[in-house]
Amino acid sequence: MSLTIKDVQKIAQLARVELTPEEEKRHALTISTVLEFVKTLNELDTTDVEPTAQVTGLEDITREDVVRECDNKKGLLEQMPSVSGDLLKVPAVFSDSEDVI
Amino acid sequence: MSLNKLTIKEVQAGLRDKSFSSVELTQACLQRIRENNHHLNAFITISEELAIASAKKADKLLAENKAWPLTGVPFAVKDAICTAGILSTGSSKILGNYTPPFDATVIKKIRSQGAVLIGKNNCDAFGHGASNENSMFGPVHNPHDLSKVAGGSSGGSAAAVADNMCTFAIAEDTGGSIRQPSSFCGIVGLRPSYGRNSRFGIMPMASSFDTVGPMTKTVEDMAVVMQVIAGQDSLDATTVPDSVPDYFSELNKDIKGLRVGVPKEYFETEGMDKEVRQIVQQQIKELEKQGAKIIDVSLPLTKYAIAAYYVLVPSEVSSNFGRLDGVRYGVRSEAENLFDLYAKSRSIGFPEEVKRRILIGTYALSAGYYDAYYKKAQQVRTLIRRDFDRVFSGVDVLITPTSPFPAFGLGEKASDPIALYLADVFVSPASNAGIPGISVPAGNTKEGLPVGVQIMGPRLSEGLVMRVANKIIKK
Repeated sequence: MSLTIKDVQKIAQLARVELTPEEEKRHALTISTVLEFVKTLNELDTTDVEPTAQVTGLEDITREDVVRECDNKKGLLEQMPSVSGDLLKVPAVFSDSEDVI
Repeated sequence: MSLNKLTIKEVQAGLRDKSFSSVELTQACLQRIRENNHHLNAFITISEELAIASAKKADKLLAENKAWPLTGVPFAVKDAICTAGILSTGSSKILGNYTPPFDATVIKKIRSQGAVLIGKNNCDAFGHGASNENSMFGPVHNPHDLSKVAGGSSGGSAAAVADNMCTFAIAEDTGGSIRQPSSFCGIVGLRPSYGRNSRFGIMPMASSFDTVGPMTKTVEDMAVVMQVIAGQDSLDATTVPDSVPDYFSELNKDIKGLRVGVPKEYFETEGMDKEVRQIVQQQIKELEKQGAKIIDVSLPLTKYAIAAYYVLVPSEVSSNFGRLDGVRYGVRSEAENLFDLYAKSRSIGFPEEVKRRILIGTYALSAGYYDAYYKKAQQVRTLIRRDFDRVFSGVDVLITPTSPFPAFGLGEKASDPIALYLADVFVSPASNAGIPGISVPAGNTKEGLPVGVQIMGPRLSEGLVMRVANKIIKK
């Protein structure tokens, strides 16, 4: 499986990662090599084999659905890149809007 | 003897009989860091003030005879693990300014005993790598030969313990990140069974593979730290409810009649170093002399573990790393719109290997490719688990080299991702199966580079693998 530059651009867009043209070239090459390498898995017959998503066998681990107070609100707010009072500030989600909060 | 060279057991004795104080011991470690960190690059953050304050508190507890096993013991933490009030970047730029308001559960348990956190260790960014060359803070150098890698991804922690900059370290192992650098640097490193230790507060890489474990100077010390950190955590629903055994009592039991399996695939791999093979084979003979029953076994799925790993892990990575987008915490890039804010923050904040894994995972999970890559790899993961289950019906533990070769040169495998991925060929299978594996120093090559042997056991057999590892005497 060989990835083109265009394929890489499409995946990068889906993954929300900006790449330089040099990075696109390198990733097209190295990711193609990795995809070729993982093709070895096709040597194995996996007909009717259950896929493994987890290894503990634990099921339905739940906790009481109760609201708990955050014990360090100030500490969390301090880590936000931009705040307005106790609110997180982000750029406008819709391009025709001028709201910033 | 320099205090920084002592093991946990020796430190415990010295602190209790007042031969030295925790402040003196902490100063000795900090002094060693000042002397050598510019050569090794093992620490990204040194929390000197906080360390001295913790050491003073520990000395007070010791004076009042209120000490726990880790009171006053200096330790370091991989930077991909959250530490309250101490910068935790994951060796990335996107979290270059991130100071967590909370401790990971394992760190909380250790700190609540009055242990002394002296700093954060360099690693491959978020654990992505096997040589510690993917850190955005520069590579770590091997203390045994500065031109060689320390291994990865927990290379900084391995170098710090090996160079006596701390008494022990806490790190994270997804596909070999504790065991392989432990082997390269000549220390003891344990990947516990998945679910044994809490993952809460670990910067997640691949959530169905990630584990947290100690890196220590001896197997005895490993038992001490595991006893403190193991157990179920309400903040991590994947921790298992099984009770934690007394690891220390396991260590002194003998291995007479114990069935030790030697999987042939771990001795026949291409590019295997002859000296590594000899050193491990010699250790197998030693175990036989101590009464172990050596049994040849086969794990035919071994060579597929890396391929399965490099589909499943990037897939989980691409999903997990959605949270790192510059919106709620970390470094945010200036941008006109939301899409660019995400794309630019992630572009600047991640090194190349992290981007590569996000892209591979995004591809493997995208429409039309899911069954061919992700589901197929999950099915192979089942076959790998069955391979181990079958073998463990006939043997108690397995012994293998930790790595096919000793530490390689810095830059040697940097431009070839597959060559670097294959450095984990002997550690990745246990990660796929969720079973414990410990790397313990077995000897040195003629060049003076450490070689580790790996002991693996069935799920939750940490006590047993430590017992066998404790019988390995470095040649």
